[in-house]
Amino acid sequence: MNVLSVKDLHVKINESHILHGVSFEVPTHSVTALLGRNGVGKSTTLKAIMGLYPSQGVIELNGSSIAGKLTYKIAQDGIAYVPEDREIFSSLTVKENLALATRDEKDIARQELVQALFPELTTRAAQRAGTLSGGQQQMVAIARALVNKNEIILIDEPTKGLAPKLVTEVADALGRVAGETTMLLVEQNLPLVKRIAQHVIVMDQGRVVFQGGPENLHDPEWVHTMLGVSGGHN
Amino acid sequence: MDTFLLIGITGIGLGALYFLVASGLSLIYGLMGVLNFAHGSFLTVGAFVGLWFSSQVMHVSNTWTFIGAMVLGGLAAGLFALLVERIVISRLYERHIDQALVTVGIALVVGAVLAGWFGNDLRLLPTPAWFINTVTIGSAHIPVDRFLYIGVALILLFANTALLRFSRIGLVIRAGVENRQMVAALGINVRLAFSTVFFLGGFAAGVGGVLVSAYSNGVSPLIAGSYLIYGFIVVVIGGMGSVPGSFLAAMIIGIIKQYANYYSPGLGDFVVVFLLAGVLLLRPQGLLGKVKA
Repeated sequence: MNVLSVKDLHVKINESHILHGVSFEVPTHSVTALLGRNGVGKSTTLKAIMGLYPSQGVIELNGSSIAGKLTYKIAQDGIAYVPEDREIFSSLTVKENLALATRDEKDIARQELVQALFPELTTRAAQRAGTLSGGQQQMVAIARALVNKNEIILIDEPTKGLAPKLVTEVADALGRVAGETTMLLVEQNLPLVKRIAQHVIVMDQGRVVFQGGPENLHDPEWVHTMLGVSGGHN
Repeated sequence: MDTFLLIGITGIGLGALYFLVASGLSLIYGLMGVLNFAHGSFLTVGAFVGLWFSSQVMHVSNTWTFIGAMVLGGLAAGLFALLVERIVISRLYERHIDQALVTVGIALVVGAVLAGWFGNDLRLLPTPAWFINTVTIGSAHIPVDRFLYIGVALILLFANTALLRFSRIGLVIRAGVENRQMVAALGINVRLAFSTVFFLGGFAAGVGGVLVSAYSNGVSPLIAGSYLIYGFIVVVIGGMGSVPGSFLAAMIIGIIKQYANYYSPGLGDFVVVFLLAGVLLLRPQGLLGKVKA
């Protein structure tokens, strides 16, 4: 059973044709990694799914079309989005950031889950989010996606720009989140992908060029060919 | 000394009227960045609806009639502002030149329609009998209506501050000003919040329109002119998006203008422009505004 189904998705921004018929599916209760070199259209794909970019093609959530819907309605349908640059509200406190995202205040279980995953955010509830470290801001961004019961979370490069110690913290948090929800993860950090992803999609020049299991990520030659980076070892 | 006190309190009263105009602008222009030159029309519409209620509906000049005129004037102006936002402004977010052109057009049309209908002469707004009373402080006789203007301005200041700080809609507005797309990505209809801002800004302008008419001894399509300009000056000096900053700036401008005009008639406007230039040069973010990162 697939939560998210994308078929023949095209995105044009101004005169640039960014996505050329992207198609893939995200199975329920799994982590699917969306990989590829910089600039191949991974972030654009997530934004198009969220309705942040105009697109053409089919986007279905649990079999129902969400293509062309307004962004806030797509989010209400059950898609959470953690953007590449976190985009937390820096002038609001941590508590206000989470309160803003919370759609059902009576869902105590969700709030407890967030507290259990990110206890540091509870102690920093009154702190302005703009004064947090990069790792803490990333935790706010992920927590904001987790305070609601969603069908799927789209996460865009959650470890980008973080210090190695913070990468480990965020990776640990994502590892624990992975058991709770379906996730479509854009990430350059291959060790993290290998650790939590069950499915891999590789994009190149606005197209999907590979879909399958994560086994190939252990093959350095495949990784170098498909992703243009050295890697593949455990 | 008595004259000094009289001018000071009268200046605070004038500042209160500037704040009533500027508080809506502070939200619409300061927070949302919409260059809304139709804001003066909200004030004028509020003033005319207040006049209609006082003179055509109630036929009695008492306190309740005046309160009713303020509330109805505020509601009418708020609804008009909502209509302008829904039909016109909502299509022009991020397009500042278009906003300026269209809202100037709306202001001209509203002014022309009202002038064609009622003429440009002042029409007396009925006010309660106690408006002409004075309160004696020391030996200065202060017109009692000044305290009403100050009181309404204070109520609006606290209501605005409480709304932005403690309510859900205030939270959405503050977040939406920072990052509209991300608010939408959290499942929130941010456009609804911005329409609310327009309604509230229009409401404040409408209430201000009735009070400005009482202060100016009448209602006319031309009544908003200088108040709108002062409203923008107050928002810039106070700091974009800071309602308390607008209140502080309005008070400073009202007081300085009154003193300057007393000691040298006609000097008030010059001093205010000089103050504006000084703030823009020395503290461009305004008195209580924040430096944008």
